[in-house]
Amino acid sequence: MPITDGVSLDLTVIWAFLIAFAVLVYVVLDGFDLGLGILFGAERRKEDRDVMMNTVAPVWDGNETWLVLGGGGLFAAFPLAYALILPALYAPLIAMLLALIFRGVAFEFRWRTTRWRGVWDIAFIGGSTVAAMSQGIALGALLQGIDIDKANRSYSGGWWDWLTPFSVTVGVAVVVGYMLLGATWLVMKTSGPLQERMRHRAWIYGVLTVIFIGVVSLWTPFLQEGYYSRWFTGWQVILAGVVGVSVLALAAGMFLSLRVHAHEYWPFLLALGMFILSFVGLGVSMFPYIVPTSVTIYEAAAPRNAQIFMLVGASVLIPIILSYTAYAYWVFRGKVDVDSGYH
Amino acid sequence: MLGSFDPILLARIQFAFTVSFHFLFPAFTIGLASYLAVLNGLWLYTKEHKYLELFRYWVKIFALAFAMGVVSGIVMSYQFGTNWSVFSDKAGPVIGAPMAYEVLSAFFLEAGFLGIMLFGRERVGPTLHMIACGAVAAGTFFSAFWILSVNSWMHTPAGFEIDAVTGQFLPTDFWEVIFNPSFPYRLFHTVTAAYLTTAFIVGGVGAYHLLRNRRSGQLSTGATRTMFSMAMWMAAIVAPVQIYLGDLHGINTLEHQPAKVMAMEGHYQSYPDGAPLYLFGIPNEETQTLDYAVGIPKLSSLILKHDLNAPLDGLDTIPDEDQPPVGIVFWSFRIMVAIGFAMLGIGVWSLWARFRGRLFDSPWLHRAAVTMAPSGLIAVLAGWVTTEVGRQPFTVYGLLRTADSAAPLEAAAVGASLIAFIVVYFAVFGAGTYYIIRLMGHSPSPDEPRLKDDIDGPIRTAGITPAPGEAERQSTSKPQEV
Repeated sequence: MPITDGVSLDLTVIWAFLIAFAVLVYVVLDGFDLGLGILFGAERRKEDRDVMMNTVAPVWDGNETWLVLGGGGLFAAFPLAYALILPALYAPLIAMLLALIFRGVAFEFRWRTTRWRGVWDIAFIGGSTVAAMSQGIALGALLQGIDIDKANRSYSGGWWDWLTPFSVTVGVAVVVGYMLLGATWLVMKTSGPLQERMRHRAWIYGVLTVIFIGVVSLWTPFLQEGYYSRWFTGWQVILAGVVGVSVLALAAGMFLSLRVHAHEYWPFLLALGMFILSFVGLGVSMFPYIVPTSVTIYEAAAPRNAQIFMLVGASVLIPIILSYTAYAYWVFRGKVDVDSGYH
Repeated sequence: MLGSFDPILLARIQFAFTVSFHFLFPAFTIGLASYLAVLNGLWLYTKEHKYLELFRYWVKIFALAFAMGVVSGIVMSYQFGTNWSVFSDKAGPVIGAPMAYEVLSAFFLEAGFLGIMLFGRERVGPTLHMIACGAVAAGTFFSAFWILSVNSWMHTPAGFEIDAVTGQFLPTDFWEVIFNPSFPYRLFHTVTAAYLTTAFIVGGVGAYHLLRNRRSGQLSTGATRTMFSMAMWMAAIVAPVQIYLGDLHGINTLEHQPAKVMAMEGHYQSYPDGAPLYLFGIPNEETQTLDYAVGIPKLSSLILKHDLNAPLDGLDTIPDEDQPPVGIVFWSFRIMVAIGFAMLGIGVWSLWARFRGRLFDSPWLHRAAVTMAPSGLIAVLAGWVTTEVGRQPFTVYGLLRTADSAAPLEAAAVGASLIAFIVVYFAVFGAGTYYIIRLMGHSPSPDEPRLKDDIDGPIRTAGITPAPGEAERQSTSKPQEV
């Protein structure tokens, strides 16, 4: 890999971390939000659905903005990667965008009609499910590698390359994982029978999530030689072991916190921990590739002056964004219930 | 079936379709966000209940339009890559940065404060709520700033060099990239257009209720009158400003993209001693003539060069392969200009009615205002068609051809996604537009429901609501709202 000088190396790595951070924040924030949408299908009472939707109504738009930062940031910081990955993931990305339209408008539309409320509820459920599934499939398709024509700087694979047993498995894994996040979010934000049902659901989705994390983690190293040697040669085996044990420990903590009715934010936070750890594992697998395993972050990086120009803004604006996002969550903290709205 | 189509043409149709549909929402919400901030400010300052009424009335419409703008906007940020990956690879190093700034400085600001604006009045108190309203309005402006900078760079590229190996545009000076020659003109012309669009929608709704109340013999409320009056002030003041800004923008375009102006004017041939302004004509691409032309001699030279006899070159000086399609540009430009002058007409008419003290008692003015309600939306689309089709056959003007910008596409994939977009957009945004129009059909009332007071929600009788201004509603299962 062409590492020209130290400064440029640092900036490229910083930008890779920033994009990864944006995607992680997206998964953390919109994950529970989409999961809640999927769980809408299981809760049929209008009052319960109202409560569920109102736990995210003030924040969903901000959550989804991180997806725009992930996409836009990739375009800005790694234009070649953007130009290679997006055509390769054409179908799942278009499906995700259309699904996000359905679920996004449902937030507003379902309050504007009685007769068609059921239709927008289905749009919310279907949109959330398809969006989650598409994101997982896109991740799986990226992990398994993308055919490129390096001389022409273009994608050279076919239109169905993304569809494999592995990518579909990752898709289902993301759906299940988001449902866990949604259920634990609702344990934190609701009370009464709805909360009890979510506590129960969180158990089931928790078990399934652990199984899927295991399956995907064990499958990934066999997709590419590079992943295998990254995890299973020399001392790195220990790292792999530590990550695995940590995920299990977090899962155990989550199950325990669900059972003993500890502080009700614990299941959500521990489930997020499992997601973050899995995400870090993905990063370890991929680095320094941005298009596995053909294009590195250095090859795809924007020129140095663009990196610097953007970093100036990002270093000022991202902390500000995080503060007012945290503020918005703080404003709408606490339980939501049928009788009294936020309180 | 789809395989026999030209994938680049399909990709162009897809981009034109998704971006046009998308822009209808910001064209409305940029102005509406500012209007809501002003209404909220007036409510806090004057404590006149009509402003709170109007805020509650329009914020429901804003929430719907904004949500549709957000979800159709996410599509745009991915469309560059899925369909125009070569353009993204080549222009990304230059325009990626301003687009990243748009996300960081505008989208997050809007999204972060929207929840507080919509649901947070009781939770954060009036001051912070006002700040949230202002932040959302500012966010819409920042968004316009950055995305119009990017768009303008595609028309008048500056501050870059071209990498000999990869063919990428590399930034040399970001100040020049952002403040490229057409940017200030396009920014002010577009933002002003958004304000006018909102003003005419608000004015049209106000006029509709004035007419309806007149027919049913009811007295129009202060809120209805105020909304019409404010909109007509905007029309009277902003429409002439907009025509002036449009003229400046046109002169700037003549300097940097003369072929576009030739197409707008229908000037197939050069006019060495002053060019006519054609009011009508049928552009004929085959014969390269403007058939059935009706024009005013030398007026085009006067407008563009401020000299009756100034020579103006025609499309005969531009190689065929570099010419934009004349027919579309010629007509879309005329539609935009005609609407601009009609808006000015409404503005002047309203001033006259106001001067005579009959602003709320001029049914023909009100009928005209209702007819003109969607005119801003049509005008902004016509304007965008003029400038974007006028840039053809290039994506980056003069440097990167549209034909060389697309992703390695298969017609079937682009065609299938195009059909999906068309079906979904018409169904979903059609429904949303229907809900907006239905909300507009209700008069603003002193008992104006808040954002998510259910349409079948808690039963309230008008007579027993608390006094205006302190209406602390019994909330249902919803967040506390404005």
